[in-house]
Amino acid sequence: MDKMPNWADVVLVPLISLFLAFALSGLVILAIGENPLEALQMMVTGALGSTYGWGYTLYYATNFMFTGLAVAVAFHARLFNIGGEGQATLGGLGVALVCLSFEWPHWTLALIAAMAGGALFGAAWAAIPAWLQAKRGSHIVITTIMFNFIAAAVLNYMLVNVLRPDGAMDPATARFPEGTNLPTLHDMLAVFGIPFSKAAPVNISFLIALLACFLVWLLIWRTRLGYEIRAFGHSESAARYAGISGVRITMIAMLISGGLAGLMAINNVMGEAERLVLNSVEGAGFIGIAVALMGRSHPFGVALAAILFGFLYQGGAELALFTSIPRELIVVIQALVILFTGALDNMVRMPIERIFLALNRRKEG
Amino acid sequence: MSAPAIELKGISKSFGPVQANKDISLSVARGAIHGIIGENGAGKSTLMSILYGFYKADAGEIFIGGQKTEIPDSQAAIAAGIGMVFQHFKLVENFTVLENVVLGAEDGWKLGPSLRKARQELTALAKEYELNVDPDAVIEEIGVGMQQRVEILKALYRKADILILDEPTGVLTPTEADQLFRILRRLRDEGKTIILITHKLREIMDATDTVSVMRRGKMTATVKTAETNPEQLAELMVGRKVLLQVEKTPAKPGDVVLSASNLRVVDDAGVERLRGVSLDIRAGEILGIAGVAGNGQSELLEVLGGMQAAEGSLTLNGTDLELVGPQANGRARRARGIGHVPEDRQREGLIMDFHAWENNAFGYHDDPAFNTGLLMNNRALRKDTEKKIAEYDIRPANAWLTAKNFSGGNQQKIVVAREIERSPDLLLIGQPTRGVDIGAIEFIHKQIVALRDAGKAVLLVSVELDEILGLADRIAVMFDGRIMGERDAGATDERELGLLMAGVTDEGDN
Repeated sequence: MDKMPNWADVVLVPLISLFLAFALSGLVILAIGENPLEALQMMVTGALGSTYGWGYTLYYATNFMFTGLAVAVAFHARLFNIGGEGQATLGGLGVALVCLSFEWPHWTLALIAAMAGGALFGAAWAAIPAWLQAKRGSHIVITTIMFNFIAAAVLNYMLVNVLRPDGAMDPATARFPEGTNLPTLHDMLAVFGIPFSKAAPVNISFLIALLACFLVWLLIWRTRLGYEIRAFGHSESAARYAGISGVRITMIAMLISGGLAGLMAINNVMGEAERLVLNSVEGAGFIGIAVALMGRSHPFGVALAAILFGFLYQGGAELALFTSIPRELIVVIQALVILFTGALDNMVRMPIERIFLALNRRKEG
Repeated sequence: MSAPAIELKGISKSFGPVQANKDISLSVARGAIHGIIGENGAGKSTLMSILYGFYKADAGEIFIGGQKTEIPDSQAAIAAGIGMVFQHFKLVENFTVLENVVLGAEDGWKLGPSLRKARQELTALAKEYELNVDPDAVIEEIGVGMQQRVEILKALYRKADILILDEPTGVLTPTEADQLFRILRRLRDEGKTIILITHKLREIMDATDTVSVMRRGKMTATVKTAETNPEQLAELMVGRKVLLQVEKTPAKPGDVVLSASNLRVVDDAGVERLRGVSLDIRAGEILGIAGVAGNGQSELLEVLGGMQAAEGSLTLNGTDLELVGPQANGRARRARGIGHVPEDRQREGLIMDFHAWENNAFGYHDDPAFNTGLLMNNRALRKDTEKKIAEYDIRPANAWLTAKNFSGGNQQKIVVAREIERSPDLLLIGQPTRGVDIGAIEFIHKQIVALRDAGKAVLLVSVELDEILGLADRIAVMFDGRIMGERDAGATDERELGLLMAGVTDEGDN
């Protein structure tokens, strides 16, 4: 064996990274004169101590799963899609247009149509940077970032000038019709007689996000297209040898990626707000990058990382509400988690690897 | 008797769990050409890197001229009189010869005096060793052979007494190689010590006085060159008897399988890489393309394999193949029955991070045998891989290993198995044995000949002239994007091919 076992790679390393991030966060909290243990307890009870807390944690996690998957799919084709934010924004527009266009008889029909609308708008928004990358060589990191700003401006324009109901002061669409309201986890669990907080926004989109994780796994590891995406991502020159078109893979991977980001809107726009407001995405597109990094671009890893970040979001909100720890500190904690699990991955991995190698050698010797 | 120029005692070095050098002792006499031969991965380069200060040995001692010497970095190696000529030259392309020689050995902050001194010294060295190079020539404008001389001059300018050359003939024509060996002999006669690292048995026999053989990180033998022969050296390298000569019967050429006419390729920089190449390949024959690397062979392979657009025309079994457009790609070529073992298996033939079984489908992942409906049939794919692993004796016999964890020879076997087992009408095969150990070379050669005997056409591109001569039935020589001439393999020799490779025109032919 010249490498460490797989479980250490996918479980131990992220856990240690996480621990380090939390330890450092604790020091920061200590430095501003608060008790880190109390803060941790507050976060855990706030996010996981009640069905209400869970409801919010999973609601956030749903957003992050979609955007995390979006980044992960593109990443398999070695495309760094930083445009999840903009694609999800446009996805929201698509969902809103679908929901408002028609007096929907039942939420199931509305959901299917809204998914199509959100995915289509998100994919279309990713298609332009993808085309520029594939055909013109414009770097996708630059173009997707710029498209985030354009998306925000487009949404602003649409809400202020087109979608705002007459007489309303608020740059937001009208409330979606009754027939588009999605069942919440409370509604669904009630069928089985399991009590769950009524106030929490987690809804059926959570299950769709889990399904999306599974389908992305199937796509990447079990289909020809996934094979080609991975092959292209690992080696462009080899893809050329095999006759895999780089233009085609770049386009398809980005369309899927944008579509997944756009799908997020069924959760935050259709499921929670039930209308489209400014800045509806609230940075979930960027959290998706961290989620994909921490989940190592594997859908199951993405699902777990999304739940972790959902916990950080909800626990952080509780912290800001009930202690004198400022809200900005939550951002610091999130940033540390991203820093340690994403950017500083090798800092933890290398020493662990060395330890395992040394153990192996002793066993052999 | 004076102390040996270099003496290594008990050198060991490991990288992680891999032991690259195990307790190596070596003594190189002053004023000799000492060859070090061994397969890829035998530890030659590691040993020389230790000697040149790139790596620090885990254990062992180095004596230079009888004195124990620590070599922590290359500066120390240079100070100890060791010079190294790397396989890939370390020259600044847009500097002149003189500037390259001085680079890193300037005397003060003013360049002028250093350059003047170097010019004098260079003239003296040129006279002493017959190493004539124009000091004001720009590197990118002189030939590869000349560039190598600049590398040697760089070492001599730094007062090297011991010169290490790592695979120096890889990029040279046979004539240039002969010139190099003449220079090396001259250097030896003037008292320099030379270490020649190579995997080519012929060079060892031609150029060296003594030879050390390495196998799997160990020094297996040191013998006087005059007292050994290629067969014995090969056996020492591999650890068993090997056939150096490919056994094959005369070819029975059939119908023309592939016919190319007037192929032209212009690269992105506007340089014409193929300047009207025409050739026919028949069923049941191996057409070898000889030439120094970079004379259009790679582009030819890429055009035929669908990786590169071109002008001209191309037919396979009488029907046209597209040279531009959507059908000019590897997938379409495979569907038409063209197999392709690319020149660079690590960049093209394999995805290094894919499992062996995933690589076994590469390029053929559309094959119905590997798919069930929308999904890939990974189980069938693994089964097929395990069969090939057994048939081709790929080691380790583990379909789950990623490609990068196989040795060069076994990586190549994965590619060759994938392409040959499809029984293509035409097999394109580039540098089939580059970086491949002797045992695997023998095996791969046999497979190529077996494919030919099954009535298939083979186009073999190789920069190893021995390989072309041993394997091909007909030989075409490329120079500067053109085919300089074609010869029957039985009716030509190295000298004739060497002239064609150097671009000497083919007058006797028509």
